[in-house]
Amino acid sequence: MSDLTAQELDKVRAILKREPTETETGIFTVMWSEHCSYKSSRLHLKKLPTKGPGVLVGPGENAGIIDIGGGYAIAFKIESHNHPSFIEPFQGAATGVGGILRDIFTMGARPIAVLDALRFGPLDDPECGDRNRRILGGVVEGIAHYGNCFGVPTVGGECVFEPCYNGNPLVNVFALGVFRHDEIFYGRASGIGNPVIYVGAKTGRDGIHGASMASSEFTEESKQKRPNVQVGDPFMEKLLLEACLEAMHTGAIVGIQDMGAAGLTCSTCEMGSRAGTGIEFELGLVPQRETGMTPYEIMLSESQERMLLVAEAGREQEVFAVFKKWGLDAVMIGRVTGDGMLRVKNHGGVVAEIPNRELADEAPLYDRPHNIAPYRSAPMETPEIPSSADLSADVLKLLGSGDLCSKRWIWQQYDYTVRTNTLAGPGGDAAIVRIKETGSSIAMSVDGNGRYCSLSPREGARLLVAECCRNLSTVGALPIAATNNLNFGNPERPEIMAQLVEAIEGMAEACRHFETPITGGNVSLYNETLGEAIWPTPVMGIVGLMKTALPVTIPFKNEARTVMLLGGEGWCDGVRFGGTQYAKVVLNTMWGLPPALDMDYEKRVQMAIREIVQAGLAESSHDVGEGGLAVALAECCASGIGAHIELSAALRPEFALFHEGPSRIVVSTANATAVEDIARKHNVECARIGVTMKARLRIDHHSATWVDSPVDRLREVWENAFESLLALQHV
Amino acid sequence: MRFGVVVFPGSNCDHDAWYAFSHNLGQQAEFIWHDSTSLGNVDAVILPGGFAYGDYLRCGAIAKFSPVMTAVRKFASDGGLVLGICNGFQILVESGLLPGALLRNRGLRFVCREVTLRIETVDTPFTCGAKRGQLMRLPVAHGEGCYYAGERLLDTLEGEDRVVVRYVDTPNGSLRNIAGICNEGRNVMGLMPHPERASDALLGSTDGRVILESMIRTLSKAHSGLTPARSPVSAIA
Repeated sequence: MSDLTAQELDKVRAILKREPTETETGIFTVMWSEHCSYKSSRLHLKKLPTKGPGVLVGPGENAGIIDIGGGYAIAFKIESHNHPSFIEPFQGAATGVGGILRDIFTMGARPIAVLDALRFGPLDDPECGDRNRRILGGVVEGIAHYGNCFGVPTVGGECVFEPCYNGNPLVNVFALGVFRHDEIFYGRASGIGNPVIYVGAKTGRDGIHGASMASSEFTEESKQKRPNVQVGDPFMEKLLLEACLEAMHTGAIVGIQDMGAAGLTCSTCEMGSRAGTGIEFELGLVPQRETGMTPYEIMLSESQERMLLVAEAGREQEVFAVFKKWGLDAVMIGRVTGDGMLRVKNHGGVVAEIPNRELADEAPLYDRPHNIAPYRSAPMETPEIPSSADLSADVLKLLGSGDLCSKRWIWQQYDYTVRTNTLAGPGGDAAIVRIKETGSSIAMSVDGNGRYCSLSPREGARLLVAECCRNLSTVGALPIAATNNLNFGNPERPEIMAQLVEAIEGMAEACRHFETPITGGNVSLYNETLGEAIWPTPVMGIVGLMKTALPVTIPFKNEARTVMLLGGEGWCDGVRFGGTQYAKVVLNTMWGLPPALDMDYEKRVQMAIREIVQAGLAESSHDVGEGGLAVALAECCASGIGAHIELSAALRPEFALFHEGPSRIVVSTANATAVEDIARKHNVECARIGVTMKARLRIDHHSATWVDSPVDRLREVWENAFESLLALQHV
Repeated sequence: MRFGVVVFPGSNCDHDAWYAFSHNLGQQAEFIWHDSTSLGNVDAVILPGGFAYGDYLRCGAIAKFSPVMTAVRKFASDGGLVLGICNGFQILVESGLLPGALLRNRGLRFVCREVTLRIETVDTPFTCGAKRGQLMRLPVAHGEGCYYAGERLLDTLEGEDRVVVRYVDTPNGSLRNIAGICNEGRNVMGLMPHPERASDALLGSTDGRVILESMIRTLSKAHSGLTPARSPVSAIA
């Protein structure tokens, strides 16, 4: 099987100066797959900012590394496992977690947090609801199975439902690890003559061609690809983690890389390529789970929980001793050479001989056509928006909708408290994990907004970065760096490629503005089933730094506190209302453009909220996001304390309550004047919109009462909606 | 006091237990590798949470064959304090050091949340610092925590005052809401909730400290003269 195009095959012949062998063709196919080579996106990814004062390692390694002070650093990245999770939800998601964890600990960092961004078709979809619920259940269980056993807390994430994900769910997993500066390792095969050592699980036939599967669209035959999905063993991974970190401490390891996509092929050629060396190894020495595997199969296997490392010659025994202690295979399979060649032998005979650098770095680069308008299906014109008959009922409807309701059912399946660092777990604006050694904490948020991006990829991507940063600022953390997962359709279609280019450019602009360089990430293209593309869905994972302290959370804490809306009530018109949850849930349609963003204003609002939180003035804080102000206020009532709110914006009720304009944060405080002083200093609005009170949420506008509901009722709907959706049965 | 935290392949709350005793409670704590045949000089043993041996076959079914468990059995039969938390409780049950069984949660899903527990007896070295009926908020995080035993055994446990903690709101369907029990000698205790995760105010609850502190109190009394069962604490900090 070869997925290389005729031109790509010509390029292979030019590099080798001969016809490739079957094994070599396989190697080129996976290395030059979209998944491994980023051949459609590379040109545009260069537009992203990747440098900043704290960036120790940017894109190109297994994960980006950021300095957090005190001699410590964090490594983090997000990666997708979309295609496998559709074919086999449990194992697809489980191995997605396993893969990103290895990316982190292969650099020497101990993973301390995982977050997941999940997207499925609606659970109540008339056609696909049954399947969507089954996929969701399997994915959540797979993530729980792997993360819980491995012992990393899954501290947050998001879960969104849209029909465009019916045939193509998105499973994006973010992981973050911590280490000292002097514990950083790289995937480099340095030192001619050094031994190349294979460690971890044995190689089987699972996952062959996973990387190329992830680089093509889904068709009916895709369901036959179940054998392409790998099977994960989190126990093995836990042993591998401990053994690798311990082996690193011996000082005998020169370079190390995990075997992820394209397995042994990718790890050998990338490690050689980065160091400018060659690697020669013998397939007969590779631990194998099955007999009779061909060189092609061994090279392309994506069996999980395997690592490749290069040790200092003469110190192999120190490494072997550690792996023996942990009961793991560790076998020397070859050596680093000086000729720059990836030379693969099978029982002595050469089966592949390819220049490493050309294989890893000379992959095809495509400037795919994109000079047309990005694809969009929604109309631009604003329809007649009917006046709401019952705004309180609208609030309940939104709180009970799939996107906005509590995802407790999901995150209670994840161990989010293991490692005793979780200051703020799932369900908040941002997750917070402390670093015991430094007195500082890391705040993390993963977000996506396919709905906005489908209306305008450029504006949507800017809003996404702003929102992700706002989530961090809302808990008092300073956003410092980002990782991105670009989930798009088929880049060979210009209207899809245009979405990708616009989203990258919007993201680049916003990341520069908010000073969050992107240190790595993942591109997942061909997210299409039967010619139907998903919405353009970039997902960001942004990390922030803060002093370790008791976290400020969403719910109001006390009665008779001033409720303030930092950033003001905002503005909206018909066009900008078309991407809201109100339009989706209540009006059952979409149109127009996403909310308007003023990035300068947003940045000032975020500076202000950080100062307010850090000064201890906020008893609660919550950013206004999907569902708008009314939903944000209802979420603030989750612990039982309500509020009496009086709005004054000159907007129709639906807009005032449910528009999703950015740059707004609800704060409750005992010291409103001090909060106002800080807002004034940063030149942002800060309206006193109400007072907390017992048991009810009431929202008035001048003399009219718009919303009035017992807090218990709001909470009941919000907390139980998800389980009701899951319990649906279609006959 | 000197606490030994056993590390099985797949233990993942070993460091948490070590940190709770050493940093939150200022004790000495050390790790004991699973193939060690001796427990060294420790005053008490902790079997931590996690997935020992991947929980293959059944939770704790392989761990009970670890060489260290022979030493733990001896230590327990000599009266030493043994606390099994979560997976550690499962291992104690599989090893026969505690009776009954831990089955898959009634809801068939892993459950991680805070639960409310009631301390049912203060007549154990693990709860002697508490008040009977005292409520605690502790996190649980397990897939197989449904305590099961025959009626007669349940009656015996209750009759002998060996149900140490009970769920007020059971997360797993445990019979008679049992969250933790002790052995006949009262020196071995297992519980599914995690006291070590609730021993630091920054993490939202310090309710778990009463269990850890009770152990320290018991051991201090033993050291102060009456029953020097274990070797004295090392002077090395």
